[in-house]
Amino acid sequence: MLWCRAMIDGCSPSSQFTGEKLLCIRGERVVFTQLNFSIASGEALLLLGPNGSGKSSLLRLMAGLLKAASGQLSWNGLPVLEDREAHAGRIHYVGHHDAIKPVLSVLENLRFWARLHDGAAGDKTAWAALETLGLDRLADVPGKLLSAGQKRRLNLARLLAAPAPLWLLDEPTVALDRASVKVLEGVIAQHRAAGGMVVLSTHADIDLPEAGALHLDEFSAPADAMLGVWS
Amino acid sequence: MSRLLEIVRRDLRLALRQGSDSVMVVTFFVLTVILFPFGIGPEANILERVSPGVLWVTALLASMLSLDRLFQADYEDGSLELLALTPTALEVLVIGKVIAHWLTTGLPLMIAAPVLAVLLHMNGEGFIALLVTMLLGTPTLSLIGAMGAALVLGARRGGVLLSLLVLPLYIPVLIFGVGAIDAVVQGLEDGAQLLVLGGILLAALPLAPLAAAAALRQALE
Repeated sequence: MLWCRAMIDGCSPSSQFTGEKLLCIRGERVVFTQLNFSIASGEALLLLGPNGSGKSSLLRLMAGLLKAASGQLSWNGLPVLEDREAHAGRIHYVGHHDAIKPVLSVLENLRFWARLHDGAAGDKTAWAALETLGLDRLADVPGKLLSAGQKRRLNLARLLAAPAPLWLLDEPTVALDRASVKVLEGVIAQHRAAGGMVVLSTHADIDLPEAGALHLDEFSAPADAMLGVWS
Repeated sequence: MSRLLEIVRRDLRLALRQGSDSVMVVTFFVLTVILFPFGIGPEANILERVSPGVLWVTALLASMLSLDRLFQADYEDGSLELLALTPTALEVLVIGKVIAHWLTTGLPLMIAAPVLAVLLHMNGEGFIALLVTMLLGTPTLSLIGAMGAALVLGARRGGVLLSLLVLPLYIPVLIFGVGAIDAVVQGLEDGAQLLVLGGILLAALPLAPLAAAAALRQALE
């Protein structure tokens, strides 16, 4: 697709996003420690683990919403925190909330986020994104009338409306029906084929061929280590 | 820059479609000012004497009413996270939100103020000064208010806390706003007070967005 090609031209042919010795503390609890990961262009990383094992925290950390207590995140070897805005331009983050304004129409919601991410984003890509996710017939419907699944699809449409090499998806399949999950799998496959990267956490089945897996419970701190930090 | 305009446009569109906030602020302003002639009697000279103070104090309270919604809605529906993750400094986006807030609250207050000044028998010479002080003062109220609104984000009973935080910071604007009008009404120069008001605005313009953005980042952690 066009947007994929445009994206690959815009960034270096092969990028690398890595985290080294990450330590994440929420409240007074060590969520994970000594966590390393590495993902390159075209790859996908699946975050696995029980509730509370830090999947969302790791995704927020990768996005730059959270700061790691120690350790380093780098993009092509350069620390991410040195230039927050440049990093923000490289990523798309899909969290638990869909960020949809009830009084704006589907198209207005999408166009706002697309333009905010990429000042030059045009209506054509927004329409194409809506079409891919099966929302084009709802373009004029206000956000408050959408079902949970439709809201989630609109949130996912942001991924296509403005290109970014790294997608951070926190349980993207929640509220989606089977057919929409299939569409999402296709979209992710296309993104990877065009050199994009995807980090994804999920409890549902999703088909990501050759995706790396990161089991977060392997990095949880033992009880005495917690005392070691806080006593 | 285009992103700043984009966010101003979105917030204006939201305000127009939801409608409630602007209307509520102006209605509160008008109703409260109308209470004063009932409360202190219809004597023109007393009303005239208190009119600058009444108008400014009521304007402060009115502009505070809408503050707790400034970031709250975006915080609750997840928009704020995405705003923090756009390739523009969060400070710039805060300025965009403040501009939209001023256009939907400060500007209507400024337009309503002269009408209410007539009701309070304000001396005709004070009208221009009232408008100029409102023009210089209300943007400062939005800026300081944004800082407060960002700080109380996520706190329970944020509304009460917000007024405790923000009202003391509004005092300089009140003093110099009323001072300028009083000076003109008494036939004196109001230049010094207006310069101070302008100075406060110029200081708040970079500082408040910086503080607000830092507070927002904290709230998102």
